Amino acid sequence: MASIADFAAAQKPIYHQERPSKTGLMDWLTTVDHKKIGILYGGAGLFWLLIGGLEALLFRIQLAKPDQHIFIGDTYNGLVTMHATTMVFLAVMPMIAGFSNYFVPLMIGARDVAFPRMNAFSWWTFFAGSLTINASLLFCGAFPAAGWTGYAPLTTKEFSGMPIDFWWAGLTLLAVSSMVAGVNFVVTILNLRAPGMTLMRVPVLTWMMLVIQFLLAFSFPPVAVGLILLAFDRTFGTVFYSTGMGGDPHLWQHLFWLFGHPEVYVLILPSMGIVSEILPVFTRRPLFGHHAVIFSGVFIGFVGFGVWGHHMFTAGMGPIADAAFASTTAIVAIPTGVKIFNWIGTMYNSKMTFPTAMLFAISFIPMFTLGGLSGMMHASPPLDLQQHDTYFVVAHFHYVLVGGALQGLFAGFYFYMPKISGKMLNETLGKIHFWVFLIGFNVTFFPMHMLGNHGMPRRIYTYPADAGWNTENLLATGGVFLMAGATLLFVYNLITSLKNGKDAGSDPWDANTLEWMTSSPPPVHNFDFTPVVLSERPLWDHKYTPGMEIPVPEQAEEIHMPSPSWKPMWVSASAGLIIVGLLTFSGIAGIPGWPLCIVGALGVIFSVYAWVTEPV
Amino acid sequence: MSAHADTLTHDSHEAHGHGALSENNFLGLPNIKLAMWAFLGSECMFFGSLIGTYFFYHGNSLSGPLPKDVFSIGITSISTFLLLMSSVTMALGVDAMRQQKPMKARTFILLTAALGACFVGFQVVEFHEFYTEKHLVFAGPNASLFGSTFYTMTGFHGTHVTVGVIWLLIMSVLITKKKLVPGKEAVNVEVMGLYWHFVDIVWIVIFTFVYLLEFLK
Repeated sequence: MASIADFAAAQKPIYHQERPSKTGLMDWLTTVDHKKIGILYGGAGLFWLLIGGLEALLFRIQLAKPDQHIFIGDTYNGLVTMHATTMVFLAVMPMIAGFSNYFVPLMIGARDVAFPRMNAFSWWTFFAGSLTINASLLFCGAFPAAGWTGYAPLTTKEFSGMPIDFWWAGLTLLAVSSMVAGVNFVVTILNLRAPGMTLMRVPVLTWMMLVIQFLLAFSFPPVAVGLILLAFDRTFGTVFYSTGMGGDPHLWQHLFWLFGHPEVYVLILPSMGIVSEILPVFTRRPLFGHHAVIFSGVFIGFVGFGVWGHHMFTAGMGPIADAAFASTTAIVAIPTGVKIFNWIGTMYNSKMTFPTAMLFAISFIPMFTLGGLSGMMHASPPLDLQQHDTYFVVAHFHYVLVGGALQGLFAGFYFYMPKISGKMLNETLGKIHFWVFLIGFNVTFFPMHMLGNHGMPRRIYTYPADAGWNTENLLATGGVFLMAGATLLFVYNLITSLKNGKDAGSDPWDANTLEWMTSSPPPVHNFDFTPVVLSERPLWDHKYTPGMEIPVPEQAEEIHMPSPSWKPMWVSASAGLIIVGLLTFSGIAGIPGWPLCIVGALGVIFSVYAWVTEPV
Repeated sequence: MSAHADTLTHDSHEAHGHGALSENNFLGLPNIKLAMWAFLGSECMFFGSLIGTYFFYHGNSLSGPLPKDVFSIGITSISTFLLLMSSVTMALGVDAMRQQKPMKARTFILLTAALGACFVGFQVVEFHEFYTEKHLVFAGPNASLFGSTFYTMTGFHGTHVTVGVIWLLIMSVLITKKKLVPGKEAVNVEVMGLYWHFVDIVWIVIFTFVYLLEFLK
């Protein structure tokens, strides 16, 4: 049992880099370390979570009472659009990328991702994209206001102004970032597993990350095409979305939702993975139906590509398409149900403990199930025709994305932060956070089911006093304040824990998987020796199953780690320059922007050449 | 322990590709090759969306010209032939690199780049002719859906060929400078080949379904 610690004490691994890592700010700008990039992603995600939450708070104030005129018209539309865009692309996705970056290599016993510099490139491109989308407030004084779905022709020049240019430009950068990250992590998970870690021994969280990386790599291209066509329409005057020229509004909807539906599984599957990691630890059991949980996740990923049409039942696709999409959508209930029953099976009659991570993981299950049940209603076209674009839909996807995805990520923060910072989060504050958030969340979104059934449409900035929607709207706004307070408390807890938190040690939860084998925070090279995996719970078996100890090598390994590099940022900046060139193509104040495209393209070629010839 | 020995056959310390990282290598495949396959999967979705858009709008144009009015199968057959031949030279280049003959590989790589450049040249001429003589317009008030979809789809393919040509040229420079040598790094040429063949296959799809089927009665 003590052998791993003995190894660390006795043998320092022989460790070298081509160029030493820099220090301070330069280190963060040039790092290719998956752990640091993970922290950057996670920090950015938390920041945008607060911004997106603030946007929601503002428009909920507008909706608190009937006939208010605080944020109206395009200001209101801008807040709603940016709330959704921010939460989906800039808050939840980077938090997932953060967990994926930090923990996938640790969970599979690797030193880093397969392409560390490409990983840095993904991060910088994400960073550029997040700034670009929000830059419209700076340059145009307004947010994009066409909804996060950006339905063309609403987003064409005829109906939308400059802010939409920032929207497509930013989203295109985010799409590039996600596709590159998807390819990188597919290779990492398939190829960099420690010896002995067969696919069925890969931790469930890593499995779900593998599924979403495929989804990212394969679902972003359609929306990238949709965005490029939109960019061409707006910049060059092509006629893709011009109904006057024979264009069809269905085109954008198909391209967008062919991405958009796999995207919602990108948002939920990692949280399912986190729950599947946490439940076994605090029930002191293996995950019930471990293989079924994995296969159902893979199945959800596959089916995710065949259900996009259920977002378009009201768009008039015809009865055959409607029927097909209704059936595929209903099928999603099966793998989801498998997961839910397996989680319940894991907990059933066990000796559980209830730290905050476990509370969030447990409450994930019923909250997500509620969202899933209302989702099943939308699978039926006749019901969907009634509910489409009402608050019932808003209630549905917030139960899935907040009650599901976000609660899962909160569980992940409480569970994994001790590994990242080496310090425990405060449990008392954590429990207050949990209860206030859970209550606030239900107070906000449960009444929206009623609002929807009473006919309140989405995306309206006010409503008459006699419509009968007053109480529910007031309740919802009150709930948002509870959620906001709870989230601020969480951030406070995170920050203060860095200083005041109890030392975590390498394995504070007595957990199952490899990431708890190394110190907290882990050293740059992650593991002093490459672990050999003998079961699906390698660390648990190492501790408690005689004969299943992780073998410690006699001699220290020679470890070569990747060097810091500026090149990823160069390529991102050059790609950003092309986008800026497109944004200002025909010129601002008489100065044409198109030469920037050429400079950017040359910059990409130059920096890629420097990249491939740079020693790692 | 011995019961699990069968699962431990993979050597964990073998480095692959150009990086000398101490890496696990579970599948026994170079990372870079696996990455290219995943990327090509992503590219399938990309070109699938572009070609899908073309067919989604096929016949929707409110103004002319129509595909039959502009396509000249003869000329495009020549450029298609050149691109197909470039796949042959690419394969020979990959093979030469595998046989430890970097200079021979460089010759074939340059030949591939030249054929690719010819294809792009043909495309430029074709676009120019379509635009000036047949009045197929990409953008602006005289644009048609056919013009916008056709130029975008084939233009993105042409861009991919151009990127491939630049990549091939960079590779030949690296071979000349002995920064890309046979052995472990031969896989880089092979991966380039995968990309090149993919771009070629996309053109076969476009040429068959967009050009030739137009004339099927």
